[in-house]
Amino acid sequence: MQLREIVRILDAEVLTGKDKLDMHVEAGCGCDLISDLLAFTKEKMLILTGLISPQIIRAAEMADSAAIVFVRGKRPTRDIIDMGEELGLPILCTSYPLYECAGLLFTAGLPGWRHWPRIVNGVQNVP
Amino acid sequence: MYLEYRVDGGDFQASGQAAAGIKRTLRQIGIDAEVARRAAIVTYEAEMNIAIHAYLGTISIEILPERIIIQADDEGPGIADIPAAMQVGYSTATEDIREMGFGAGLGLPNMRRYSDEFEIESQVGVGTSVRAVIILPAKEGN
Repeated sequence: MQLREIVRILDAEVLTGKDKLDMHVEAGCGCDLISDLLAFTKEKMLILTGLISPQIIRAAEMADSAAIVFVRGKRPTRDIIDMGEELGLPILCTSYPLYECAGLLFTAGLPGWRHWPRIVNGVQNVP
Repeated sequence: MYLEYRVDGGDFQASGQAAAGIKRTLRQIGIDAEVARRAAIVTYEAEMNIAIHAYLGTISIEILPERIIIQADDEGPGIADIPAAMQVGYSTATEDIREMGFGAGLGLPNMRRYSDEFEIESQVGVGTSVRAVIILPAKEGN
């Protein structure tokens, strides 16, 4: 799913990465704890989170995440936006709560990790 | 290649920079993206463990032709019950730390999960040492 479509579905504001709306996002994950992001995502996944912390951006950088969506109307602070700019990591903001974001995106065809029919080195991706 | 970083306990602004620096270096020298991602996650979790639990520590990474060795050593309270700390969901992080998004009880399990070899030693009142090895995929033609 294109990032542009995610912005439309979540009625999101694009804080960084306006030039990356054509990016293809493979799957999504909702997480409010940093180690959950590192444990339960693969690369190129969309991260939905209510955790406003520079460390969520750092963790997304480590995990090769595609983009971050801050949910429940939470707005990241300037330092977080600056980190996203510097890394070229798109940051979106939506007023929808996490559960509704996940439901809307899943219904629209963006899978989660366990429903992601990804083949790695000829082997089905198993979490 | 050998890189070493100092990590200060309680410094949540700078923490993560060692892992970020190591990841960029790995990609610059042409290490496979998936391997760099695993090494970055192991390093990041090690770095955050020092920031959360210890007073001071070092993180080093040694890049050899066939493997990457990540070593984290800290001066800190140590871990009294290592088997418990290795369990998913076990955490001794305080409420303040949890509010920052840490304390999932996945730090050490994540490090083991993304490593090919993983060793941990700890002495209560002295500190903790962790060694993680990631085997590099054989290059085609070798």
